[in-house]
Amino acid sequence: MSGYSITEPSRGQKRLAGALVILYAVITLLPLLWIVATGFKSPSDAISYPPKLVFEPTMEGYVNLFTTRTRVTPETLAELPPPDTWYDAIVRKYDMVIAGPSRYGERFLNSVIIGFGSTFLSVFLGTIAAYAFSRFKVPLKDDLLFFILSTRMMPPIAVAIPIFLMYRELGLNDTHLGMIFLYTAVNLSLSVWLLKGFIDEIPIEYEEAALIDGYTRFQAFRKVVLPQAATGIASTAIFCLIFAWNEYAFAVLLTSGTAQTAPPFIPTIIGIGGQDWPAVAAGATLFLAPVLVFTILLRKHLLRGITFGAVRK
Amino acid sequence: MAEVSLSGITRRFGDTLALDDVSLTVPDGAFVVLLGPTGAGKTTALRMVSGLDRPDAGEVHIGGRPVGGLTPAQRDVAMVFQQYSLYPHLTVRENLEFPLKSPLLRTPRAEIDRKVAEVAGMLQIAHKLDNRATNLSGGEMQRVSIGRALVRRPSVYLMDEPLSSLDAKLRADLRVELKKIQADFGATLIYVTHDQVEAMTMATHVGVLDQGRLLQFGAPREVYENPVSIQAAARLGQPRINLLPADLFGDAPPRAATIGLRPEQIEQGAGADSTVVRVERLGDQTRLHLIYRDHALVTVTDPHTPLGPGDLVPIRPRQPFYFDAAGARVA
Ligand SMILES: Nc1ncnc2c1ncn2[C@@H]1O[C@H](COP(=O)(O)OP(=O)(O)O)[C@@H](O)[C@H]1O
Ligand SMILES: [Mg+2]
Repeated sequence: MSGYSITEPSRGQKRLAGALVILYAVITLLPLLWIVATGFKSPSDAISYPPKLVFEPTMEGYVNLFTTRTRVTPETLAELPPPDTWYDAIVRKYDMVIAGPSRYGERFLNSVIIGFGSTFLSVFLGTIAAYAFSRFKVPLKDDLLFFILSTRMMPPIAVAIPIFLMYRELGLNDTHLGMIFLYTAVNLSLSVWLLKGFIDEIPIEYEEAALIDGYTRFQAFRKVVLPQAATGIASTAIFCLIFAWNEYAFAVLLTSGTAQTAPPFIPTIIGIGGQDWPAVAAGATLFLAPVLVFTILLRKHLLRGITFGAVRK
Repeated sequence: MAEVSLSGITRRFGDTLALDDVSLTVPDGAFVVLLGPTGAGKTTALRMVSGLDRPDAGEVHIGGRPVGGLTPAQRDVAMVFQQYSLYPHLTVRENLEFPLKSPLLRTPRAEIDRKVAEVAGMLQIAHKLDNRATNLSGGEMQRVSIGRALVRRPSVYLMDEPLSSLDAKLRADLRVELKKIQADFGATLIYVTHDQVEAMTMATHVGVLDQGRLLQFGAPREVYENPVSIQAAARLGQPRINLLPADLFGDAPPRAATIGLRPEQIEQGAGADSTVVRVERLGDQTRLHLIYRDHALVTVTDPHTPLGPGDLVPIRPRQPFYFDAAGARVA
């Protein structure tokens, strides 16, 4: 026997570990809290120095995020009938009236369509390719896998100009389809590699048992491999979504109107009404939500996925 | 149910010859036991029949039909895997239902329930039906794995050491059940085991494999009483056959290099003296460890023997086997 044994950590050790985790969480969450708080500040509170920790929350940022406004003279304002909504009232405090909705909603929807669309495609194609690489004799398998991985080695922006030119020829500039294809192409290497790792871990004996039990190879894939790969598929989906959701450089370059996603749009809010930090913060806060929700929905799988390789055998 | 035949089956894995020109015919309704040390090619032989693997040369026929181009599903075989291979994401019940629900069988619900209940009862796993398949002991997994084969009535059952991790009582029960199923349904069964009791009690035929070659194929008594080689002789018999220099007890036939003596081929009370080293009482058997002219040998004796260490027992061979230098039987 060695002097070490695997036992429960002592209470002191547990407390120390807990404290460290909480400290780390606070440090990493601080910028996030800052953004969320700024979204509820008034423009003057947002830029006050030293920063205000206690402030009177207001919805101005959110109203400005979702609307476009025009300045009117105090006389015109006085002639108007009283505001009939709470957000009208907020806007009029600044001698302005609401001119219409902003483009944030559309851009957000673009992000959803492109983010989830490309995630679905990456994971779908990745699963099939990973299964083939894992189970079949693919000619030049190792070279192909390396080639797939090598597409990750260069910074995506290195190919920005050629892609821009190709997309222009193909009419894919500023289209949802174009962005979905682009993000799928970038994510596919990650997806194939991650999923191949997960599928390699599923012993082939289960499929063989299913073949004996009267199923075809495809049915065995669906009934036996897919359920066991769920963990890997979920974690891969999260990674793909995070990339597609946050991608900025290509979005700036390739989209300007119809298919513009939220990341290039949010900074432009600043210009609309001077230094409108609360509106930017509000836009960023809302933008965080979908990935957060998606990750929370899949968190059980994700946790098991990350520890997958360590637990088996 | 169907006859299964292998003709000239060869399978290589790199430099390993897993099966070397194996030919054998399993008659319809036979219970064939494949014996052989680890790595002999037993599992590979089952995989050839199941269609999970293809031979490099040779042909497999099931029911007189060549099945070379058929998938495992089309061959209609059921297999109990050596490593269980239960579907980990399903419950025990779902594992047992899985083959019945296949697109091939599409069994009606009532029939599924009836068969699952019947098999679960027989294998004594009825109380575990709603457990996760991963949440079982090794013996229970093995029973579920047997059950997944037994819910079907395929043309041939393939079983790879199906009783290896069960306790003695359950193993004895299941031996009887399997034999009964085979007899009742006239099932054709190819069965791999290390256990000589299983081989002797259940088999209609025994095949002895060693290093990919089929050394002998025949009725268990015939393989036991008339082995073709040292390897075949060593597969059956407890205690193992004693292998000694051919001339140890006097004249040997020409070319004989080794004499083989099973306990019943050692006559006690006549011949030259041997010294008792140890008396081993196993309950159902009492073994005598002897030294004869500097060679150790083991035989069995009367349970009430008065012999003890140091005593002298005269012994001589009775109708022994003789093998040549290569291990082939010469007399
Ligand atoms: N998939 C495989 N790849 C490489 N070698 C294998 C494979 N399957 C079996 N073998 C080799 O073939 C021989 C026979 O194996 P197997 O049929 O499993 O033996 P048994 O079941 O009698 O123990 C062994 O030497 C084994 O190492
Ligand atoms: Mg084996």
